[in-house]
Amino acid sequence: MKRAVRNILFYAALFGLWMILAKLKVWPPYLFPTPWGVWEELCGGFKDLTYWIAIVVSMKRVLIGYLISVALGMLLGLGISSNQFLEETIGGLLVSLQSLPSICWWPLALLWFGLSQNAILFVVIMGSLLSVTLAMEDGRKQMPKIFSQAGRNLGATGFKLFWYVLLPASLPFIVSGLKQGWAFAWRSLITAEMLYMSMGLGQILMMGRDFSNMSAVVAVMLVIIAIGYIVDGVVFKGMERHLQNKWGLTPAT
Amino acid sequence: MSAKVQNIALRFPDPADSRLSGRSGAAEEVSPAAQSQRVLSPVTAKVGLRDICLSYRTHSGQDLLALDRINLQLRAGEFVCIVGPSGCGKSTLLHLIAGLHQQTSGEVLVDGKPVKGPGTDRIMIFQEHGLFPWLTVGQNVEFGMKMKGISGAEREEKTRHYLRLVHLAKFEKSYIHQLSGGMRQRVAIARALATEPDVLLMDEPFAALDAQTRDLLHDELERIWYETGCTIIFVTHNVREAVRLGDRVILLTFRPGRVKSELTVGLPRPRHLEDPLVARAAGQILDELRDEINRSLEVEYAEGIKPKVRPGGEP
Repeated sequence: MKRAVRNILFYAALFGLWMILAKLKVWPPYLFPTPWGVWEELCGGFKDLTYWIAIVVSMKRVLIGYLISVALGMLLGLGISSNQFLEETIGGLLVSLQSLPSICWWPLALLWFGLSQNAILFVVIMGSLLSVTLAMEDGRKQMPKIFSQAGRNLGATGFKLFWYVLLPASLPFIVSGLKQGWAFAWRSLITAEMLYMSMGLGQILMMGRDFSNMSAVVAVMLVIIAIGYIVDGVVFKGMERHLQNKWGLTPAT
Repeated sequence: MSAKVQNIALRFPDPADSRLSGRSGAAEEVSPAAQSQRVLSPVTAKVGLRDICLSYRTHSGQDLLALDRINLQLRAGEFVCIVGPSGCGKSTLLHLIAGLHQQTSGEVLVDGKPVKGPGTDRIMIFQEHGLFPWLTVGQNVEFGMKMKGISGAEREEKTRHYLRLVHLAKFEKSYIHQLSGGMRQRVAIARALATEPDVLLMDEPFAALDAQTRDLLHDELERIWYETGCTIIFVTHNVREAVRLGDRVILLTFRPGRVKSELTVGLPRPRHLEDPLVARAAGQILDELRDEINRSLEVEYAEGIKPKVRPGGEP
């Protein structure tokens, strides 16, 4: 309760400061968008469906890309964690690749896939694959050995062992990595969308820039933040809570 | 049998023995008097260990012999307890029988066939129960059947049956963390039994439980053993528990683990932990084990840390 009040006060103060600065007209509106200008953009964008379409297009892309990288990352991470040779070779490569922003793949992706959705997907996958892989590798190591022993003992082998034992057993250990992977996927997507006519949120943000409409830029930024926040708060928090209930773990906070 | 075999003279009129030999079939029937010198070939035994050796490399690069030429034969339906000081490799021996690890040399035979890997004819029950926290009690119990591809209806029926057997029918929908330690171990037993194994491998299953719960579980395990007729290999460091439960008690030495001696417990069942005869037999075993326990403690103190006997490299 106290925390909620504190948060409301904080955001009210932040908004108030923005309001005051805008009212004082310290900077012209094309440099410093006003709250009411942004509000108008938001209402207009949602009303004429531009934002809705952009959201649907972007979400579809990020979901496809993210799901692919989760599937691939889990298999890769599992392979790396159960094989010393892979760990020492591919494992090291992945860690060093982690410092590379995924958008660096953009020029190559364009050549390989053309100016298409697939180029964007590739960048999204490269953005989140690494965190999912490393999280899975780590989760597999942290996971108590007794689960895989018990599973094998009860007749689970190969894919069944992975699907029914290793995957669920490692979930509590990889959920934060999955979350990080999602954040990277979302960021990579917006970046890639800003680079070409893509219909997504990134593109309408760039349209704001092209028309020197900073209110539109800020409005889209708010939409991007809101979506990231909602996915984190609803999907991942829900998943964490669900796991904690099942496993009987006490919540971290 | 490479190790010296002793028959500590605790022979009483023994209903358990006649029950056992009756159940284990004519081929393996052994008269009580000949029991200590029993020459059961590893091939006809339910479980046969033939010259099992296990060595592994320590962190410092030395080769350490953990198990040294273990030979053991178990009749079908026999309840055998293995005792020894910590670090003697008794748990590792169970892992070998379960097929979760590979011995360096020698053979594990079940029904005369060499063990090549895990199989649902041999189910292990771990000290830390190893139940799956993401599944309900019922789902845990049916897990092995699901892996075998048994149909849903049959699974449901058997799950209920085995949960009733361990008196946990009401908890089918609960999650593991909602149960007490003793209940969890009972779920583990139900889960193991649900795959209908011939051999139950129990790795100090009751070591982490309080005394009252353990007493109850001893009774329950004995009853389940009667009802299912399975063969049980029970590893414990608690000598009294071994005498309370076992038809035979096998003593292992400390590093390398060898069979030091074995004792046929001729006491009538049901036995009780507080029974003076149980205490007396346990005392004899403890005398026998004292040297090994001292040796294990000396090494532990000298090394400062307890070395891991179980080999690593678990995939």
